[in-house]
Amino acid sequence: MKAPEQAEKLLILVPAYNEEGAIRGVVEAVKQVMPGTPVLVVDDCSKDSTVAQARSADASVLPLPHHLGLGGCVQAGYKLAFELGYEFVIRVDGDGQHDARDIPKILEALRASGCEMVIGSRYVNGTNGGTSWLRAAGIRFFRTVLRPILGKSVRDPTSGFVGVNRSALAVFSRSFPLEYPEIEALVVLQRRRFKFVEVPCHMLPRRTGRSTITPMKSIYYIVHVLLGVFVNVLKYERRIPTESRRS
Amino acid sequence: MDRLLNVVTGMSALLIVLVLFSVRRARIRVEYSVAWLAGAVALLALSRASGLLHVIADLLGVADPPLALLLIVGCVFLIIFYRFSLIISQLKDDNIALAQRVAILEYHIESLKDRAAGF
Repeated sequence: MKAPEQAEKLLILVPAYNEEGAIRGVVEAVKQVMPGTPVLVVDDCSKDSTVAQARSADASVLPLPHHLGLGGCVQAGYKLAFELGYEFVIRVDGDGQHDARDIPKILEALRASGCEMVIGSRYVNGTNGGTSWLRAAGIRFFRTVLRPILGKSVRDPTSGFVGVNRSALAVFSRSFPLEYPEIEALVVLQRRRFKFVEVPCHMLPRRTGRSTITPMKSIYYIVHVLLGVFVNVLKYERRIPTESRRS
Repeated sequence: MDRLLNVVTGMSALLIVLVLFSVRRARIRVEYSVAWLAGAVALLALSRASGLLHVIADLLGVADPPLALLLIVGCVFLIIFYRFSLIISQLKDDNIALAQRVAILEYHIESLKDRAAGF
Protein backbone atom coordinates (compact mmCIF):
# COMPACT_ATOMS: atom_id res chain seq x y z
CA MET A 1 0.00 0.00 0.00
CA LYS A 2 1.40 3.37 -0.94
CA ALA A 3 0.42 6.99 -0.38
CA PRO A 4 -2.78 7.66 -2.34
CA GLU A 5 -2.87 9.27 -5.76
CA GLN A 6 -5.33 12.12 -6.21
CA ALA A 7 -7.98 9.80 -7.56
CA GLU A 8 -7.80 7.15 -4.84
CA LYS A 9 -8.23 8.74 -1.47
CA LEU A 10 -10.17 5.99 0.22
CA LEU A 11 -8.69 3.35 2.48
CA ILE A 12 -10.60 0.35 3.80
CA LEU A 13 -9.41 -0.42 7.31
CA VAL A 14 -9.98 -3.90 8.72
CA PRO A 15 -9.05 -4.45 12.37
CA ALA A 16 -8.59 -8.15 13.05
CA TYR A 17 -7.77 -10.41 15.94
CA ASN A 18 -7.72 -14.19 15.47
CA GLU A 19 -9.87 -14.01 12.35
CA GLU A 20 -8.09 -16.59 10.18
CA GLY A 21 -11.40 -18.15 9.17
CA ALA A 22 -13.02 -14.92 8.02
CA ILE A 23 -10.38 -12.39 7.04
CA ARG A 24 -9.67 -13.71 3.56
CA GLY A 25 -13.36 -13.63 2.68
CA VAL A 26 -13.74 -10.12 4.11
CA VAL A 27 -10.83 -8.76 2.05
CA GLU A 28 -12.03 -10.50 -1.11
CA ALA A 29 -15.56 -9.16 -0.63
CA VAL A 30 -14.22 -5.62 -0.22
CA LYS A 31 -11.98 -5.93 -3.27
CA GLN A 32 -14.91 -7.23 -5.31
CA VAL A 33 -17.07 -4.25 -4.39
CA MET A 34 -14.29 -1.65 -4.43
CA PRO A 35 -11.72 -2.81 -7.00
CA GLY A 36 -8.48 -0.84 -6.81
CA THR A 37 -9.19 0.52 -3.34
CA PRO A 38 -6.39 -0.32 -0.90
CA VAL A 39 -7.33 -2.58 2.00
CA LEU A 40 -5.30 -2.38 5.20
CA VAL A 41 -5.69 -5.18 7.72
CA VAL A 42 -4.46 -4.15 11.16
CA ASP A 43 -3.59 -7.34 12.97
CA ASP A 44 -3.83 -7.04 16.75
CA CYS A 45 -1.13 -9.66 17.34
CA SER A 46 -3.31 -12.64 16.41
CA LYS A 47 -2.22 -16.06 17.60
CA ASP A 48 -3.49 -17.75 14.43
CA SER A 49 -2.75 -17.29 10.72
CA THR A 50 -4.75 -14.06 10.28
CA VAL A 51 -1.73 -12.19 8.86
CA ALA A 52 -0.94 -14.90 6.32
CA GLN A 53 -4.60 -15.18 5.29
CA ALA A 54 -4.90 -11.41 4.83
CA ARG A 55 -1.70 -11.30 2.75
CA SER A 56 -2.89 -14.21 0.63
CA ALA A 57 -5.94 -12.10 -0.23
CA ASP A 58 -3.59 -9.33 -1.36
CA ALA A 59 -4.30 -6.95 1.50
CA SER A 60 -1.67 -4.74 3.08
CA VAL A 61 -1.07 -5.77 6.68
CA LEU A 62 -0.04 -3.67 9.65
CA PRO A 63 0.94 -6.20 12.32
CA LEU A 64 1.02 -4.79 15.86
CA PRO A 65 3.88 -5.98 18.08
CA HIS A 66 1.53 -6.91 20.90
CA HIS A 67 -2.18 -7.05 21.62
CA LEU A 68 -3.60 -3.53 22.10
CA GLY A 69 -7.34 -4.16 22.05
CA LEU A 70 -9.81 -2.91 19.46
CA GLY A 71 -9.33 0.83 20.04
CA GLY A 72 -5.52 0.70 19.90
CA CYS A 73 -5.73 -1.50 16.82
CA VAL A 74 -8.11 0.81 14.94
CA GLN A 75 -6.15 3.89 15.99
CA ALA A 76 -2.93 2.41 14.59
CA GLY A 77 -4.70 2.12 11.24
CA TYR A 78 -6.02 5.67 11.51
CA LYS A 79 -2.53 6.97 12.29
CA LEU A 80 -1.02 5.23 9.27
CA ALA A 81 -3.85 6.38 7.00
CA PHE A 82 -3.41 9.95 8.22
CA GLU A 83 0.35 9.84 7.64
CA LEU A 84 -0.16 8.47 4.14
CA GLY A 85 -2.57 11.29 3.33
CA TYR A 86 -5.83 9.41 2.88
CA GLU A 87 -8.95 11.56 2.69
CA PHE A 88 -11.48 8.92 3.73
CA VAL A 89 -11.19 5.76 5.79
CA ILE A 90 -13.97 3.20 6.13
CA ARG A 91 -13.65 0.62 8.86
CA VAL A 92 -14.94 -2.88 8.18
CA ASP A 93 -14.73 -5.49 10.92
CA GLY A 94 -12.61 -8.57 10.28
CA ASP A 95 -15.27 -11.05 11.41
CA GLY A 96 -17.38 -10.56 8.30
CA GLN A 97 -20.43 -9.01 9.98
CA HIS A 98 -20.29 -5.92 7.80
CA ASP A 99 -21.61 -6.24 4.28
CA ALA A 100 -18.99 -4.89 1.87
CA ARG A 101 -21.78 -3.95 -0.57
CA ASP A 102 -22.68 -1.11 1.78
CA ILE A 103 -19.25 0.53 1.48
CA PRO A 104 -20.17 2.68 -1.57
CA LYS A 105 -23.18 3.96 0.37
CA ILE A 106 -20.99 5.07 3.27
CA LEU A 107 -18.44 6.64 0.92
CA GLU A 108 -21.15 8.51 -0.93
CA ALA A 109 -22.57 9.83 2.35
CA LEU A 110 -19.08 10.92 3.46
CA ARG A 111 -18.59 12.84 0.23
CA ALA A 112 -22.08 14.29 -0.08
CA SER A 113 -23.07 15.10 3.50
CA GLY A 114 -19.94 16.96 4.59
CA CYS A 115 -20.19 15.11 7.91
CA GLU A 116 -16.97 14.04 9.56
CA MET A 117 -18.32 10.57 10.33
CA VAL A 118 -20.81 8.23 8.69
CA ILE A 119 -22.17 5.29 10.64
CA GLY A 120 -23.47 2.19 8.95
CA SER A 121 -26.59 1.54 11.00
CA ARG A 122 -28.57 -1.67 11.26
CA TYR A 123 -31.58 0.25 12.55
CA VAL A 124 -32.12 2.74 9.74
CA ASN A 125 -34.14 0.63 7.31
CA GLY A 126 -31.52 -2.10 7.48
CA THR A 127 -31.81 -5.62 8.80
CA ASN A 128 -30.38 -6.21 12.24
CA GLY A 129 -28.35 -9.32 11.43
CA GLY A 130 -29.83 -11.28 14.31
CA THR A 131 -28.92 -8.88 17.09
CA SER A 132 -29.39 -10.52 20.49
CA TRP A 133 -31.98 -9.05 22.89
CA LEU A 134 -29.13 -8.18 25.24
CA ARG A 135 -27.33 -6.14 22.62
CA ALA A 136 -30.57 -4.56 21.43
CA ALA A 137 -31.35 -3.54 25.02
CA GLY A 138 -27.83 -2.11 25.41
CA ILE A 139 -28.21 -0.14 22.19
CA ARG A 140 -31.54 1.29 23.36
CA PHE A 141 -29.96 2.26 26.69
CA PHE A 142 -27.02 4.06 25.07
CA ARG A 143 -29.32 5.73 22.57
CA THR A 144 -31.12 7.33 25.52
CA VAL A 145 -27.89 8.29 27.29
CA LEU A 146 -26.31 9.77 24.17
CA ARG A 147 -29.35 11.74 22.98
CA PRO A 148 -28.80 14.79 25.24
CA ILE A 149 -25.01 14.63 24.92
CA LEU A 150 -24.91 14.49 21.13
CA GLY A 151 -27.92 16.72 20.66
CA LYS A 152 -29.45 14.26 18.22
CA SER A 153 -30.50 10.67 18.17
CA VAL A 154 -28.12 7.96 17.04
CA ARG A 155 -29.90 4.75 16.07
CA ASP A 156 -26.92 2.39 16.19
CA PRO A 157 -24.20 3.81 18.46
CA THR A 158 -22.35 0.49 18.81
CA SER A 159 -21.82 0.01 15.09
CA GLY A 160 -18.20 -0.43 14.06
CA PHE A 161 -19.06 0.01 10.39
CA VAL A 162 -18.00 3.64 10.15
CA GLY A 163 -16.42 5.96 7.66
CA VAL A 164 -14.46 9.05 8.62
CA ASN A 165 -13.05 11.93 6.66
CA ARG A 166 -9.64 13.52 7.10
CA SER A 167 -10.76 15.95 9.81
CA ALA A 168 -11.99 13.11 12.00
CA LEU A 169 -8.89 11.12 11.05
CA ALA A 170 -6.71 13.94 12.39
CA VAL A 171 -8.59 13.87 15.70
CA PHE A 172 -8.65 10.08 16.03
CA SER A 173 -4.95 9.85 15.24
CA ARG A 174 -4.31 11.82 18.40
CA SER A 175 -7.16 10.78 20.62
CA PHE A 176 -9.15 7.57 20.30
CA PRO A 177 -10.89 5.51 22.99
CA LEU A 178 -9.03 2.30 23.58
CA GLU A 179 -11.23 -0.50 24.82
CA TYR A 180 -14.77 -0.12 23.44
CA PRO A 181 -14.28 2.76 21.02
CA GLU A 182 -17.52 3.12 19.06
CA ILE A 183 -19.71 5.00 21.53
CA GLU A 184 -16.94 7.07 23.09
CA ALA A 185 -15.69 8.05 19.64
CA LEU A 186 -19.05 9.76 19.02
CA VAL A 187 -18.54 11.87 22.15
CA VAL A 188 -14.96 12.68 21.12
CA LEU A 189 -16.32 14.02 17.83
CA GLN A 190 -19.17 15.89 19.48
CA ARG A 191 -16.66 17.72 21.70
CA ARG A 192 -15.22 19.20 18.52
CA ARG A 193 -18.62 20.05 17.09
CA PHE A 194 -18.14 17.48 14.35
CA LYS A 195 -21.18 16.04 12.65
CA PHE A 196 -22.20 12.48 11.91
CA VAL A 197 -24.93 10.85 9.88
CA GLU A 198 -26.26 7.30 9.76
CA VAL A 199 -26.94 5.31 6.64
CA PRO A 200 -28.86 2.03 6.54
CA CYS A 201 -26.62 -1.03 6.32
CA HIS A 202 -27.01 -4.77 6.53
CA MET A 203 -25.28 -6.66 9.27
CA LEU A 204 -24.47 -10.30 8.62
CA PRO A 205 -23.87 -13.16 11.02
CA ARG A 206 -20.21 -13.80 11.90
CA ARG A 207 -18.46 -15.86 9.23
CA THR A 208 -16.63 -18.06 11.74
CA GLY A 209 -16.24 -18.44 15.48
CA ARG A 210 -18.70 -17.02 17.94
CA SER A 211 -19.08 -13.92 20.00
CA THR A 212 -17.32 -13.97 23.36
CA ILE A 213 -19.84 -11.58 24.92
CA THR A 214 -21.30 -12.94 28.16
CA PRO A 215 -23.84 -11.28 30.50
CA MET A 216 -21.00 -10.39 32.91
CA LYS A 217 -18.96 -8.87 30.09
CA SER A 218 -22.03 -6.95 28.97
CA ILE A 219 -22.38 -5.39 32.42
CA TYR A 220 -18.68 -4.52 32.43
CA TYR A 221 -19.10 -3.06 28.94
CA ILE A 222 -22.01 -0.86 30.02
CA VAL A 223 -20.20 0.44 33.11
CA HIS A 224 -16.95 0.98 31.21
CA VAL A 225 -18.56 2.80 28.31
CA LEU A 226 -20.77 4.93 30.57
CA LEU A 227 -17.70 6.01 32.51
CA GLY A 228 -15.82 6.65 29.27
CA VAL A 229 -18.69 8.77 27.92
CA PHE A 230 -18.82 10.96 31.01
CA VAL A 231 -15.04 11.26 31.21
CA ASN A 232 -15.04 12.44 27.60
CA VAL A 233 -17.82 14.90 28.33
CA LEU A 234 -15.84 16.33 31.25
CA LYS A 235 -12.43 16.13 29.59
CA TYR A 236 -10.75 19.41 28.88
CA GLU A 237 -9.12 19.47 25.49
CA ARG A 238 -8.29 22.45 23.40
CA ARG A 239 -10.79 22.80 20.60
CA ILE A 240 -9.31 22.54 17.14
CA PRO A 241 -9.98 25.72 15.15
CA THR A 242 -12.31 25.10 12.22
CA GLU A 243 -9.78 26.35 9.65
CA SER A 244 -7.02 23.97 10.74
CA ARG A 245 -9.48 21.04 10.81
CA ARG A 246 -9.64 21.16 7.06
CA SER A 247 -5.88 21.19 6.57
CA MET B 1 -5.04 -1.64 71.57
CA ASP B 2 -1.31 -1.58 72.25
CA ARG B 3 -1.21 -4.85 70.40
CA LEU B 4 -2.70 -3.16 67.33
CA LEU B 5 0.00 -0.47 67.51
CA ASN B 6 2.64 -3.19 67.78
CA VAL B 7 1.20 -4.93 64.73
CA VAL B 8 1.35 -1.66 62.75
CA THR B 9 4.95 -1.16 63.91
CA GLY B 10 5.85 -4.67 62.81
CA MET B 11 4.10 -4.34 59.45
CA SER B 12 5.73 -0.97 58.78
CA ALA B 13 9.19 -2.34 59.62
CA LEU B 14 8.52 -5.35 57.41
CA LEU B 15 7.39 -3.08 54.56
CA ILE B 16 10.54 -0.95 54.87
CA VAL B 17 12.77 -4.04 54.78
CA LEU B 18 10.81 -5.49 51.84
CA VAL B 19 11.00 -2.28 49.81
CA LEU B 20 14.71 -1.80 50.53
CA PHE B 21 15.35 -5.40 49.59
CA SER B 22 13.43 -4.97 46.34
CA VAL B 23 15.31 -1.75 45.51
CA ARG B 24 18.63 -3.48 46.18
CA ARG B 25 17.65 -6.29 43.79
CA ALA B 26 16.47 -3.72 41.22
CA ARG B 27 12.89 -5.05 41.32
CA ILE B 28 11.51 -1.60 42.19
CA ARG B 29 12.96 1.55 40.71
CA VAL B 30 14.18 4.00 43.36
CA GLU B 31 11.67 6.69 42.34
CA TYR B 32 8.75 4.30 42.88
CA SER B 33 10.07 3.07 46.23
CA VAL B 34 9.95 6.56 47.75
CA ALA B 35 6.16 6.59 48.22
CA TRP B 36 6.21 3.19 49.94
CA LEU B 37 9.18 4.08 52.16
CA ALA B 38 7.74 7.45 53.14
CA GLY B 39 4.38 5.85 53.99
CA ALA B 40 5.97 3.03 55.98
CA VAL B 41 8.30 5.34 57.92
CA ALA B 42 5.39 7.67 58.77
CA LEU B 43 3.32 4.76 60.05
CA LEU B 44 6.26 3.39 62.04
CA ALA B 45 6.84 6.76 63.68
CA LEU B 46 3.16 7.28 64.46
CA SER B 47 2.74 3.82 65.94
CA ARG B 48 5.61 4.53 68.36
CA ALA B 49 4.73 8.14 69.20
CA SER B 50 1.63 7.78 71.36
CA GLY B 51 1.57 11.49 72.28
CA LEU B 52 1.44 12.57 68.66
CA LEU B 53 -1.14 9.89 67.92
CA HIS B 54 -3.37 11.23 70.70
CA VAL B 55 -3.13 14.74 69.26
CA ILE B 56 -4.05 13.46 65.78
CA ALA B 57 -6.93 11.38 67.19
CA ASP B 58 -8.29 14.49 68.93
CA LEU B 59 -7.98 16.49 65.73
CA LEU B 60 -9.83 13.80 63.76
CA GLY B 61 -12.45 13.41 66.46
CA VAL B 62 -11.67 9.73 66.92
CA ALA B 63 -11.92 8.51 70.49
CA ASP B 64 -9.38 5.73 70.16
CA PRO B 65 -5.84 6.65 68.95
CA PRO B 66 -5.12 3.23 67.36
CA LEU B 67 -8.30 3.63 65.29
CA ALA B 68 -7.00 7.01 64.15
CA LEU B 69 -3.81 5.24 63.13
CA LEU B 70 -5.82 2.71 61.10
CA LEU B 71 -7.62 5.59 59.42
CA ILE B 72 -4.27 7.16 58.57
CA VAL B 73 -2.98 3.80 57.26
CA GLY B 74 -5.99 3.59 54.94
CA CYS B 75 -5.49 7.15 53.69
CA VAL B 76 -1.75 6.67 53.12
CA PHE B 77 -2.31 3.55 51.05
CA LEU B 78 -5.16 5.15 49.10
CA ILE B 79 -2.84 8.01 48.16
CA ILE B 80 -0.08 5.59 47.17
CA PHE B 81 -2.49 3.49 45.08
CA TYR B 82 -3.84 6.61 43.38
CA ARG B 83 -0.31 7.76 42.56
CA PHE B 84 0.52 4.38 41.06
CA SER B 85 -2.75 4.32 39.11
CA LEU B 86 -1.66 7.59 37.49
CA ILE B 87 1.74 6.13 36.69
CA ILE B 88 0.27 2.91 35.28
CA SER B 89 -2.21 4.84 33.13
CA GLN B 90 0.57 7.00 31.72
CA LEU B 91 2.73 3.95 31.07
CA LYS B 92 -0.15 2.18 29.30
CA ASP B 93 -0.77 5.19 27.05
CA ASP B 94 2.95 5.44 26.28
CA ASN B 95 3.13 1.72 25.64
CA ILE B 96 0.23 1.79 23.17
CA ALA B 97 1.63 4.82 21.34
CA LEU B 98 5.02 3.15 21.18
CA ALA B 99 3.63 -0.15 19.88
CA GLN B 100 1.65 1.72 17.21
CA ARG B 101 4.73 3.73 16.23
CA VAL B 102 6.88 0.58 15.98
CA ALA B 103 4.25 -1.10 13.81
CA ILE B 104 3.95 1.93 11.53
CA LEU B 105 7.71 2.33 11.20
CA GLU B 106 8.11 -1.37 10.40
CA TYR B 107 5.37 -0.95 7.82
CA HIS B 108 7.23 1.97 6.21
CA ILE B 109 10.50 0.00 6.21
CA GLU B 110 8.83 -2.98 4.53
CA SER B 111 7.24 -0.64 1.95
CA LEU B 112 10.64 0.90 1.19
CA LYS B 113 12.20 -2.54 0.87
CA ASP B 114 9.46 -3.63 -1.53
CA ARG B 115 9.88 -0.47 -3.56
CA ALA B 116 13.67 -0.93 -3.69
CA ALA B 117 13.15 -4.52 -4.82
CA GLY B 118 11.05 -3.21 -7.70
CA PHE B 119 7.56 -4.27 -6.57
